[in-house]
Amino acid sequence: MKKSILSGLKILLVFTLLTGMVYPLMITGIAQAVFPRQSNGSIISIGQKSCGSELLGQEFKSERYFWSRPSACSYATLPSGASNWGPTSDTLRKTIEKRRASFIIANHLPLNTVVSNEMVTASGSGLDPHISPESATLQIERVTSARHFSPSQAQQLRKLVASHTEQPQFGCLGERRVNVLELNRDLDLLR
Amino acid sequence: MNTFIQLALFFGALILLTPVLGKYIKKVIGGEKHLLTPVFGWLERLIYRFCGVDPQQEMNWKQYLFALLWFNFFGFVVVFALQMAQAWLPLNPAKVPNTSWHLALNTAISFVTNTNWQSYSGESTMSYLTQMAALGVQNFLSAATGLAVLIALMKGLIKNTKQQLGNFWVDLTRSVVYILLPLSIIFAVVLVSQGVVQTFSSYTDATTLEGVKQVIPLGPAASQIAIKQLGTNGGGFFGVNSAHPFENPTPFSNFLEMLALLLISAALTYTYGLFIGSKKQGWTLFGAMLIILCVGLGVSLYAEYAANPALHITGSMEGKETRFGIVNSIIWSTSTTVASNGSVNAMHDSLSPLAGLVAMFNIMLGEVVFGGVGSGLYGMIAFVILTVFIAGLMVGRTPEYLGKKIESFEVRMALIAVLAPAVCILAFTAIAVSTHAGLAGLNNKGPHGLSEILYAFTSACGNNGSAFAGLTTNTPFYNVLLSICMLVGRFGVIIPMMAIAGSMAGKKITPVSSGTFHTDNGMFLILLISVIIIVGGLTFFPALSLGPILEHLLMQAGMTF
Repeated sequence: MKKSILSGLKILLVFTLLTGMVYPLMITGIAQAVFPRQSNGSIISIGQKSCGSELLGQEFKSERYFWSRPSACSYATLPSGASNWGPTSDTLRKTIEKRRASFIIANHLPLNTVVSNEMVTASGSGLDPHISPESATLQIERVTSARHFSPSQAQQLRKLVASHTEQPQFGCLGERRVNVLELNRDLDLLR
Repeated sequence: MNTFIQLALFFGALILLTPVLGKYIKKVIGGEKHLLTPVFGWLERLIYRFCGVDPQQEMNWKQYLFALLWFNFFGFVVVFALQMAQAWLPLNPAKVPNTSWHLALNTAISFVTNTNWQSYSGESTMSYLTQMAALGVQNFLSAATGLAVLIALMKGLIKNTKQQLGNFWVDLTRSVVYILLPLSIIFAVVLVSQGVVQTFSSYTDATTLEGVKQVIPLGPAASQIAIKQLGTNGGGFFGVNSAHPFENPTPFSNFLEMLALLLISAALTYTYGLFIGSKKQGWTLFGAMLIILCVGLGVSLYAEYAANPALHITGSMEGKETRFGIVNSIIWSTSTTVASNGSVNAMHDSLSPLAGLVAMFNIMLGEVVFGGVGSGLYGMIAFVILTVFIAGLMVGRTPEYLGKKIESFEVRMALIAVLAPAVCILAFTAIAVSTHAGLAGLNNKGPHGLSEILYAFTSACGNNGSAFAGLTTNTPFYNVLLSICMLVGRFGVIIPMMAIAGSMAGKKITPVSSGTFHTDNGMFLILLISVIIIVGGLTFFPALSLGPILEHLLMQAGMTF
């Protein structure tokens, strides 16, 4: 019996080293060697400066940028979070109505415009980097006028949105989507 | 259309991989030569030698259980201690402080019992050292413990009048070295390729395009996420779990993580079939599980795509990620709740009432539909014993399973295993809804509030770990109560199942005769599903009526709270 307890302690020690140290260190080694960009957070840089991660959403408030989805944590990362409002929450009902109305007004859209669902609801992570291509398209007019774009630049912008529309992975997994940060970064480069 | 392709791919992959992995696991736990013997054989032998384990020495059920309980207790002490001391220990670049005693207690029990309930957010509460050496380790060991119990039980079922059930240390070591670790290595590397972070650097700062500072949280996440999915643990590296883009960046990573959370438990049904010498028995159990999973999935998908007249929205994306969409969020929510995994890629609190109901109901069934690694199948065998017993009562014959008589001792033990968690769920929910401390943490009003509390205790007792996360549970009240639930849900099942293993091992195997009640055909499958649903359904129907069912009806009437 005493021997069994002693074996237990030793096994715990061995596995703590093996699965708690050797294993994560080994994966880190492989990851850093083979996928250095991904394992360090898929950082997007402009020049030497990091302007965020391709995978983490950011909040955009300016008229000159495409806007991300609403976030329950305002895109804070430590920690990020969701609203956790239920399907009969009065607060959620009012919030959705408010978001729908303000999105329509801010983008100078006809009052009966159908705003897609992800643009009036908050994501699970609070850091959703994507919006639907439909929601990006609805924002083109506003961005164009905020940046005083010429008709030819507006045409380029439309092409930019189209080229940033990701199809389902391997043609079938997930949804069509637009990465807002990448779109806005390239938007700044548009001349 | 895309929805159906994704569903077909998911279930196709699951069904195809079940026999492949199942066969491999059979070889590993049977001690036969297999693919990885030349690669890791030395490691297995080295571990035995260093730890003073004689792999030939067999244990009876009491010795086996004794070793298991001590081992889990030591694991608990380590996880508890590391959290209480993390501020003074290395690998803490974010300088997080020590946790409170009740959070440390809850988290330690949570990870040792394979629940991985989290009253905290990892990125702001746990140091890298705690995540790796405490939580990561228990991700492996709690899964291996579940597997060991199943192995002992399977040995008990096929032994003819013997007492010995094998050696706990051997079963544990082989599970980790040959099954959990190699699979995790493969998964972790593929996950990194998709963008899951894996580094020991501290958090970095970025300046957003609008000039605001954003902290980029990092850490050795991929290695932990691989095992949290494969080992049906579910505890996220980051607070929002697999909804976080650093845990689950792409639809492909999502597909793999969903597959991983059912993979081993599904394969074990095949292993079981091989072990007891009848693949058909294994496939019968697999079939029963798959049917229950698919019905729940169908109901949830229907509910999520339907209109919500209360919020004036159809196909709500509240709590969901754009890249996954509704279908992947719902395959995940049903899989993670049947599988006792508990990781989430969408917030269950914001699911439609019926989808939330299915998630809760899946856990209430006792986590036997695939269930946790090992624990799903040994829980299922408790239901098989009950079904055989009830069938025996109906035809008036002594019930038998695999040629062994089922007697009052086994039935009593199986009943304890099935009812202990159920009693805990209902009693503790009742306490919480009638005390101030219990109601203080609510995030939603109306029937959804009851659902939040009911879900919390259901999740803890089922060792699931997912949550209606609006409920604030990092309080002494919830941390302690939920800890008790997790212990009952784990050891309240393991102890009686080990007792069954012991008593079954000692029984004589009688050959199949014309009077034998078959447990490998469609008739048995239907009976088994009925017993599972009736036990789950009748026990919880009143509570569910007051929570999600009432909420669904009021939502249809357009009411909000």
